Amino acid sequence: MGAQESCPGCGSDVFAGEAFCEACGRSLTEKPAAACPECGATAFSEDGYCERCGVLRSGDRDHLEAEAGGAAGVTDRGLRHSRNEDAMALAVAGPGIAAVVCDGVSTSPIPQAASQAAADTGLAVLTERLAAGDEPESATRAALTRAVEAVTALAASPHDAPACTYVSAYAGPAAVTVGWVGDSRAYWLDGDASRQLTADDSWAAEMVVHGALTEAEAQAHPNAHAIIAWLGADAGEIEQHVTTFVPDGPGTLLLCSDGLWNYYPEPTRLAAVLPDADPLTAARHLVRLALDAGGRDNITVVVIPFTQEHAQ
Amino acid sequence: MSEQPDFSIRIDQNKYLPQGGQEVHAVVTVESTGAPVGVSTGASASEVIIIDTSGSMDYPRNKMTSAIKAAQAAVDTLRDGVNFAVVSGSSRATMVYPRAEELVPASARTRTEAKAALGRLTATGGTAMGAWLSLAGRLFARHPDGIRHAILLTDGKNQHETPEQLDQAVAASVGRFVCDCRGVGTDWEVAELRKVASALLGSMDMVASPEALEADFRAMTETAMGKAVADVALRVWTPQNAKLRFVKQVLPSMEDLTGRRTDVDERSGDYPLGAWGSESRDYHVCVEVPPGEVGAREKRVAWIKLMLGDQVVASGNVLAEWTDDEAQSTRINPKVAHYTGQAELAENIQVGLQARKEGDLDTATARLGRAVALAHESGNEAIAGLLGKVVDVDDPATGRVRLKKDVDKADEMSLDTRSTKTVRTRKGEG
Repeated sequence: MGAQESCPGCGSDVFAGEAFCEACGRSLTEKPAAACPECGATAFSEDGYCERCGVLRSGDRDHLEAEAGGAAGVTDRGLRHSRNEDAMALAVAGPGIAAVVCDGVSTSPIPQAASQAAADTGLAVLTERLAAGDEPESATRAALTRAVEAVTALAASPHDAPACTYVSAYAGPAAVTVGWVGDSRAYWLDGDASRQLTADDSWAAEMVVHGALTEAEAQAHPNAHAIIAWLGADAGEIEQHVTTFVPDGPGTLLLCSDGLWNYYPEPTRLAAVLPDADPLTAARHLVRLALDAGGRDNITVVVIPFTQEHAQ
Repeated sequence: MSEQPDFSIRIDQNKYLPQGGQEVHAVVTVESTGAPVGVSTGASASEVIIIDTSGSMDYPRNKMTSAIKAAQAAVDTLRDGVNFAVVSGSSRATMVYPRAEELVPASARTRTEAKAALGRLTATGGTAMGAWLSLAGRLFARHPDGIRHAILLTDGKNQHETPEQLDQAVAASVGRFVCDCRGVGTDWEVAELRKVASALLGSMDMVASPEALEADFRAMTETAMGKAVADVALRVWTPQNAKLRFVKQVLPSMEDLTGRRTDVDERSGDYPLGAWGSESRDYHVCVEVPPGEVGAREKRVAWIKLMLGDQVVASGNVLAEWTDDEAQSTRINPKVAHYTGQAELAENIQVGLQARKEGDLDTATARLGRAVALAHESGNEAIAGLLGKVVDVDDPATGRVRLKKDVDKADEMSLDTRSTKTVRTRKGEG
């Protein structure tokens, strides 16, 4: 299938490679003029608001795609939030791939800056430590520690603290190492052998772990999405979770924010809807599924193929 | 002005509006830290002390002697190098020190000479505050930079010039200097002095006993000397089709700044805030915007910048976003709610006291009762205490009160004067 996107002019579905929108005739190859979508003015302040009508510019992060060494990620604003507060970063790291996904806590100030700082810092430190010869688990911990520092440094005071979640992955030649705080997730997708690699720092997960509620009961509760650990100056002492998984064959490593897993929480169901396509097409497809399901939150998906050669 | 303080702006609001919602409220907290305190400040400063020497200052005599002592204490507080003068006010304004119409730098010698000249003052003649302010304006004209501060003390009504003359003199002084006003005794007019202090960005207070003047003058001068920068302004940008309904200072006192706007360009205007030291003030901003669509992008409906000349030293955003989630749109920001209550408190006191004066006892009872309830609810104990001298309180929570039969004039004036003094939100809120 061709990659499905929408026309910046009329919103109709268009396909990659098309030069003009079939519905409205708009050129799809030109970069759209940097005009305000509300009033047409072209001047925006540094923090991204239209100088005439005040509307927040279609952010540079509204829909981003990235590829690195055969892996791909897509992050999208979704349909109900006025800004994309998720961030992702991925890069080749030696013989493997490293990636980070962060979700800004929307009740905190400048959550979009928190998630970006955490993702950028986390990835930079993770690749740097791996290149320096650190074991994946210790590199993962070092990266998470520095990401925490980067987000903490954004706070004017503990009462005014930007905050975000964090999940990182390193897919090496033989194993996968993930680290996380909060409720962004990592999944291993391989048919019936699919599994969730992370355990949410959330109220719902806590209730299930302690046997107070079943998974279904917990997820149906109004508190389900309250996270109990995050990165930020007001987070207190946080426990880093790091785990390593050795696959026994090829599969796909998936990192995502709750914008996807809200609609597709079960690993086997995610594996079933993952198209047999290149990682970018697969990531776009998963984002599209979340949008079609309502797109209530920002959606970020990173797809990292774990090949046969890796597993040798 | 090498040692400029660090300014910060913080915005408290609920940006979520219901479908069709048009009114956005926010509390803007402007705080400065790190300002040099006292003698070391690099900002140049000028001070004019204006003492009422009308005939009534001799009745009782201790008003005049206390005013002289207070002015002498203020002179002592001036640090070396501050340009100053002392003016006496009656039906006209007269230089007390120096003799010529100019400011002189403070030094051991000039302070001694000024205090001696004050000691020779006598009380005679009437009250024409406009003329006093005009002389102060001429004195400051040659020192347009740095802190420019005046103290005006009076004990009476402005009887020896027309209200228009006073208004003109006040208008001509706006922006040229900051003036703190003090009334002593009970024969002066609260509304009249409030008008002067408010226009000249100064404080207004009543000094009931002449003996308390000295400490008050010293404190005022110390505060003025502690200012690190003069002429700070709040610049407010609003988007096209928006209407800035009001800009009010809400802490430390209630002061409507809406009418003080100077347009900067099509969408921005400046509101002068006067001089700043290490302090924190709160402002309540209300913007009316055309309703937006649910799920559309967030909008900036006011862009608040703190200006020091042409320099932006801090900024913040008032935002709006429309939602169909009632849990979000109905959440009231505690700071906005608190200051809305404080504004209502001040208004009820002023209307209530006026009604009482005019013999409309039902209105007075209702308004002052409401004020008691608001003061109680917000923890404004200073105001609650003053209200307790004008009404007997049966139930502070519901505001059930009875007007007192005999009320001391000083208590009534004191309540009126301080009706605009606000308090911060209680701990745990906001």
